[in-house]
Parts: sequence; C-alpha cells; structure tokens
Amino acid sequence: MAANPKIIVVGGGLAGLSAVIKIAEMGGQVDLFSIVPVKRSHSVCAQGGINAAKNLKGEGDSTWQHFDDTVYGGDFLANQPPVKEMCDAAPGIIDLLDRMGVPFNRTPEGLLDFRRFGGTLYNRTAFAGATTGQQLLYALDEQVRRHEADGKVRKFEHSEFLSAVLDGNRVCRGICAMDLHTMEVRTFPADAVIIATGGIGAIFGKSTNSVVCTGSAQSALYQQGAFYANGEFIQVHPTSIPGEDKLRLMSESARGEGGRVWVPKQKGDKRDPKSIPESERWYFLEEWYPKYGNLVPRDVATRAIFKVVYEHQLGIDGQPMVYLDLTHIDRKVLDRKLEGILEIYEKFVGDDPRDTPMKIFPGMHYTMGGLWVDFKQATNIPGLFAAGECEYQYHGANRLGANSLVSCIFGGGVAGPAAVEYARGQKAAAGNGHLDAERKRQEEINGKLLKADGSENPFQIWRELGDVMTRTCTVIRDNKDLAQTDTKLCELLERYGKLNLSDRSQWANTTFAFTRQLYNMLQLARVIAQGARMRDESRGAHYKPEFPERDDKNWLKTTKAYFAPDADEPRFEFEPVDISLIPPRARKY
Amino acid sequence: MANNNTVLIKIKRQNGPDSKSYWEEFEIPYRPGMNVISALMDIALNPTTRQGKATTPITYESNCLEEVCGSCAMRINGRVRMACSALIDNLEKPVRLEPLSKFPVVRDLTVDRSVLFENLKRVKAWVPIDGSYDLGSGPRLLPEDQEAAYPLSRCISCCCCMEACPQFNESTGFVGAATISQVRLFNTHPTGKALKRERLSALMGDGGIHECGYAQNCVEVCPKDIPLTRSISEVGREVMKQAIGDLFRK
Ligand SMILES: Cc1cc2nc3c(=O)[nH]c(=O)nc-3n(C[C@H](O)[C@H](O)[C@H](O)COP(=O)(O)OP(=O)(O)OC[C@H]3O[C@@H](n4cnc5c(N)ncnc54)[C@H](O)[C@@H]3O)c2cc1C
Ligand code: SF4
Ligand code: SF4
Ligand code: FES
Repeated sequence: MAANPKIIVVGGGLAGLSAVIKIAEMGGQVDLFSIVPVKRSHSVCAQGGINAAKNLKGEGDSTWQHFDDTVYGGDFLANQPPVKEMCDAAPGIIDLLDRMGVPFNRTPEGLLDFRRFGGTLYNRTAFAGATTGQQLLYALDEQVRRHEADGKVRKFEHSEFLSAVLDGNRVCRGICAMDLHTMEVRTFPADAVIIATGGIGAIFGKSTNSVVCTGSAQSALYQQGAFYANGEFIQVHPTSIPGEDKLRLMSESARGEGGRVWVPKQKGDKRDPKSIPESERWYFLEEWYPKYGNLVPRDVATRAIFKVVYEHQLGIDGQPMVYLDLTHIDRKVLDRKLEGILEIYEKFVGDDPRDTPMKIFPGMHYTMGGLWVDFKQATNIPGLFAAGECEYQYHGANRLGANSLVSCIFGGGVAGPAAVEYARGQKAAAGNGHLDAERKRQEEINGKLLKADGSENPFQIWRELGDVMTRTCTVIRDNKDLAQTDTKLCELLERYGKLNLSDRSQWANTTFAFTRQLYNMLQLARVIAQGARMRDESRGAHYKPEFPERDDKNWLKTTKAYFAPDADEPRFEFEPVDISLIPPRARKY
Repeated sequence: MANNNTVLIKIKRQNGPDSKSYWEEFEIPYRPGMNVISALMDIALNPTTRQGKATTPITYESNCLEEVCGSCAMRINGRVRMACSALIDNLEKPVRLEPLSKFPVVRDLTVDRSVLFENLKRVKAWVPIDGSYDLGSGPRLLPEDQEAAYPLSRCISCCCCMEACPQFNESTGFVGAATISQVRLFNTHPTGKALKRERLSALMGDGGIHECGYAQNCVEVCPKDIPLTRSISEVGREVMKQAIGDLFRK
C-alpha cells in the first residue's frame, strides 16, 4: 500500500538502530522510541567483541565453522537456517561497521585484528579496545543521527513503550507510549512495529545488565498475545563483581592469567583474607577439577561456586561471594596483562586487586529466550516484528561470547526490510478507534495505580522478586524450588495489588514508571520459572540435577509460552527445532 | 556524618523546570562499597528525610552503572562527575548532590542535555558512507591511527566538560569541548574527512571554537580522560586556516 510506510522502532540499542538505518534507506519513515537517549542504551556495556569468520589469521576459519560452533554452543536448541544466515552475513557486517568508522584494533599491516573467545578454536572476534559495544553503538547512532538530520527519522527519547495497538483482527497498528517527563500517555499509528528492547536483567534484581533492561515491553506484548519462547534459558557469567547497585563483569582473563578461586574453610570467617593461612583456604575448583582447575568452562565454574555458597554455606562472611585471588602474581605481570579490568575493580570497589583478593560471584548476564519470531523476525502478531536480545532466535540454549552483538545487528537488518515489505503489502486499518481504546486502557491502569492506597512498596517487591529469581532460576534448577517460586510470584503479584506509591506526581515520576515495569517483570518471571520447571532435562544454561542429561527425544523443542488472560497465567506449547543442517551430537568441551 | 553506621546525604531538589529548588537531608544505612547510585536506590526504598518527613524518591538518570553510558552526571560535593563511579567511602561527608547547573533542570538531579546531541548534528559528526549494503571492506588504517582515534571515540556525551567550562553559558552559546573533539575525530577519518570543510565552518562564528579561553577545566573533569585541549588546539588551528583561506577566496 504505502510506498513510504511509517515504521515504529522501539529501542535504540544495536538491534533497533540497525533496523532504523535499513528502513530509512528503503524510503520508510521511522519513529524511534527509547527510554534513554539511544546513545545511552545498554549495548554500550559490551566489552569483548563481535564474531565474524573473516579468516584473516590463516587458520582456515569459515562461516560454516562459525555456524557449527554457534549451534553446538547452543546445545542444538536454535533453529538452524537463520543461524547459518547470520554467520554467513557476519563478515559483511564487520566490513560495514568498519566503513562507518568503528575504530577496530588493527594488525601492523592495517587490517582488522581478531582475538579468540570462548567456545571456538579460531581467532574470530573483532574488537575495539575494551569497549567494543560502545564503539559499535556509536557508529550506528551517528548514521541514525544523519538520517534524523535528513528528516527520515523522528526520535522519541525518554518515552516508554506501554503496549501495542491491536485492531479488531489483532493486527498491530501502532503503539501506546508514555512520555517519561510529562507522564502523558499517547498512541502513535504505524504500518508496522519493530520491538528491539533488549534484555531482562532487572527481573533478577541485580545483574550485569543496565538499569532499563527490565523486559517490560516483551512482557506487555506477551500479555497481549505474542508468544514468548525459551524463557527458561538464562545465561549466568561465573565471575562478576557484586556491587551494591549492580553486578559488573570481571573478565575470564583474570583466571587465564593464574587467578585462583577460594573461600575460607571456616563458616563465617571474618578475618582479613590475607591473614588466612593456606591450610585454612578451600581452593574448591582446583580440588574438584584437578585437570582444568580454575579454568573449567563457564557453566561448570558457575555451578561450583553456587554449590559452595548455597549448599556448603561457605560464602565470604555469609554473603554470596567467593575470592578470586591474583595477589600471588607479580604486580608487573598484572599491570602488563590485566590493567584495564583491574582498574574497573579499583574504580568501583575501591580495593586494589593486586593487594587484596577480589570478591566475585556469578551474575545473571543474558537471556537466550525472548519473543518468538519466524525467520523474518516477525512475531505471531501480524505487523509486529522483534530483533536483538528481546527475541529468542539465534543462541539456542546457550550463547557464545561475542555472538550477541552480531545477532543484534543482523536481526535488526532483517527486521527493518521485512517490516517495510509487510507494510507495503498491507491495507490501511479501518478507522482508528482502536488507538483511542488502547490509550484509554493504559490511562485506566495509570489511574488505578495512582489511587492505590495499600501499604506495599514497589521497590521492596522488586527486591524479593530478584532474590527468589536469582536463587531458583539461574544456575541450578530444582522442581520443588521452582514450584515454590511460582507460589512466591503469585504472592508478589497479589501484593502488587495493594501498593502505595511514595510519589504520585505527574511529572518525571520515575517511581511510577518503574512500578509499571514491575508488574510486567512479575508476569514474565512466571514464564521463566514455569518453563524451567517443565523442562525435565539439562541443556546448555538450563541445568537440573534431577535430570542431568540432555534429552533430545522429549526436549529437542522450543518452549512457547502464551498468556491466558482469563486465568491470568502462562500456558505452554512446544515446537520442534529445525535441525536440517547439522545433526545433533553430544556437547563435550 | 551522623555516626559510623549511617551516611548523611544532602540533595538539592526541584519538582519541575519552573519550580524553586530546595534541599533535603537523608541519613541512610552505611554499607561498605556503596556508591552514590546505591544511596539513591536506598532512598527510593524508604523515602523519608533525616527529620522523619515522608518525601518522594529522588529523580535522577542512570543506566549502565559502569561509567560508559554517560547518564548519571551530577555535581557531587560541588564537582561535576559520574554518580555511578563515585564511591561513598571516598567522598567527604555529608555528601552534597546537585544537578548540573548549566542545563535546564527537568526534576531533581535530572537535567536536559539534548543540546549536545543537537550540536553533534550541527557539525555532522558521522562518516558519510554510501549506504549500509555490502560494499566490501573499509579503508585500511594503521595501528597508530586507530590508537589516535579510539580515545576520542570513547566520549560518553556526559556533558561534564561543558558543565565545568567557564565559557559554556547562555551568553556565548559555546558548543563546548565534546563537540569540538568529535570534529577532530571525524575530520581525521579517511572517509569522514569528506565533510571536513562543513564541520569547520560550523565551528566558526557565534558560539564557535573561538569562544574557548583555554581554561582547561574540561580536561580535568572528563571521566574518560579525553585529550580535549589537544583537540581544541588542533581543530582551532584548522578553523583558523580555513577562515583565512575563505577570506582570500572572496
Ligand atoms: C556487561 C556486558 C558485556 C557484554 N559483552 C558482550 C560482548 O562482548 N559481545 C557480545 O556479543 N555481547 C555482549 N553482551 C551482550 C550484548 O551487549 C547485548 O545482548 C546487546 O547489546 C543487546 O542489544 P539490543 O539492541 O538488543 O538491546 P539494548 O542495547 O539493551 O537496547 C535496548 C533499547 O530498548 C530501549 N527500551 C527498552 N525498553 C523500552 C520500552 N519499554 N520503551 C521504549 N524503549 C525501551 C532502551 O532504551 C534501549 O534503547 C554483553 C552484555 C553485558 C551485560
Ligand atoms: S579549555 Fe576551557 S574554555 Fe575551552 S572548552 Fe575547555 S574548559 Fe571550556
Ligand atoms: S568529552 Fe569527556 S566530559 Fe565531555 S562529554 Fe565527552 S566524555 Fe563527557
Ligand atoms: S550510569 Fe552510565 S555512566 Fe553512570
């Protein structure tokens, strides 16, 4: 229909901006919505790099090898054709980013340099210093600013997506959003909508994610009828720095350079770590895994730390933390090889890891699950597309390091053109009454919240949500615990109905916006917990000691959750995985 | 400080752009390792002033909490810096928090810094590529050129440099150090160079680079240690060269 369709993109991380650029180039008009100014999106946090099999190191790397590593790393849960397309496209994506001016590290000859990451034997990861995500996001942000200056893109920053506008046929016709300064709720019509709202870390309280990664938009859409797939697959990074406000990543290279993980043997030992003699320290990784020691794979290290802290209750000072010790290594060696990451620790913890053992703990890091999409990034709601960490398509049961950035840019690059094509073939909506209806629905929710005069504090509910999800839905899953988690989540939802907001003003009210997100977090938490409960096997990041093996016969399936409005709870169906290109084999590193 | 187990925080608040500002004091439980953001989170959990009066949580901006998104700039004990990397242990008590003073207050510690993004548009801070289609690899770049560009490209748009600059105010309309440094970044990129003339022109005239008095406050507060004074003198020289050239061409 419309030659220059209007497309709404929600989210300005790598996935969203990648879609925006494609749409603008195709002649579409974009309205871009984001909670934070897009340049401040979570994608800036990525440090390590971005994968592409460019084979510039004479190793015989190939895009097929990248594809195989990704599928194998994901324990065969990803549908294979789109993963193959991503890996085939990755070298071209690196070239594009290079042309946009990303200051990738170079070889002496002036070519792109590559480093090695987990889950592969090849040097396949391009990087820009220690801030690759920041550099990539800036490059896309600059191109989008150029299209904005040309009038092809309108930005709505400090604006939060609340819901999709669906017409009588459940076709997506636009969105409903709240201005985070005026708190005004408005609807915006569009010929198609792309969701690129990133991760869900806040459901786990503290994570390595940024503050606005709440999954609220995904959850709202799930409650409106979108499928949410593989929600139970949550990646935990073994070494993060527990902070009062968040968990910051501590790179694996600390262990690579000889860092040792230990706890005091004595429960509740309050001594300064340096004064604890060798004989009273428990180097549990070295004891349990004599062959690999501290360098066991991520998931193994993570599980071991959990066991020591929760089963043996030997966390430092009774807290969920263990020591990562570098103090036995020569300072000069540390400065030469690890300076960058040691500075992060110094800056945010205030201790010098050259003198004092670091306190670390596994941290919730990434969701493999997300909105269900088809190979063209379309959700099951016509007119609604999704790309980036908010969808489930590329990483199966476990994501390989440096594969997310490429999946975001690739997914956005597929979603943009697909949305334009869809919009061009679409008839205009009959009337626009549904816009008003959706606005009214959202205003009513706001009104109710403002009037609530119970006694519950939303931040307290959030704290309890994070605690229970971190305890039961991250590293080790147990069916009894998971059943209790769902009961707890129902209790929290009930308490949510008795809130008392400490701020009822209608101007830049961050408490209010957060409280709305909290409801969606609670609903999505149930999808994660129930999905984990159902999957009676161990696969990738999902580990259930009662069922320690991968069970392809029963569980080589995508979990699809959908919301049952009448029952106010998730229902599930399961879909076979497309394994047409690489037959599943056992995953043993 | 009240006692060893609590921290006293004084916050300059303002309900909206046109409202009057006022101060509130909070006494919050001390925990080792806390930063300014976690203190603000504590207040949200229990929004009560030191005097026991119920109040509203503080409005402020934050996202990454690891000093890379640029959201959380504020004045802490009178000095502009990022709140997420400001550890309570290292701050003089009581801790005073104020919004940036050179940007319109939205509410409490949140200010409107969109002027920087507008400036970036004005100087065309981008590489004018032909399109996002697969057009083969980019220009070769020697490692030393990458090493020169990378530090400039780490600017997080926090606006600390502008807040600290004596010349950045309404009467000069000065663009500020961050934008000038971005001009240097793009003018040295092999493809970005194509727009060099336009970028330099944008820095001439009112609010342009000549407003800078080389006070160097900017470089001292930049959380990313960006060599701003170097950028300013290099771009200044280029602007001058172009201005003189233009004069003769007329
Ligand atoms: C510490 C850390 C390091 C990492 N390092 C790497 C790495 O080295 N390599 C790698 O490949 N991956 C890495 N990852 C993963 C990767 O960074 C993310 O998966 C990726 O950046 C997600 O990008 P995105 O575009 O999907 O979303 P984001 O960048 O999170 O952007 C989401 C956008 O949506 C907006 N938004 C969200 N909700 C709403 C709403 N309701 N309304 C309006 N707007 C909304 C936000 O404002 C934002 O603009 C890392 C992750 C972390 C946490
Ligand atoms: S050198 Fe001084 S006047 Fe110039 S931008 Fe920096 S702070 Fe401002
Ligand atoms: S130059 Fe430095 S102080 Fe200025 S905006 Fe950039 S990072 Fe912030
Ligand atoms: S929150 Fe991102 S810089 Fe402080």
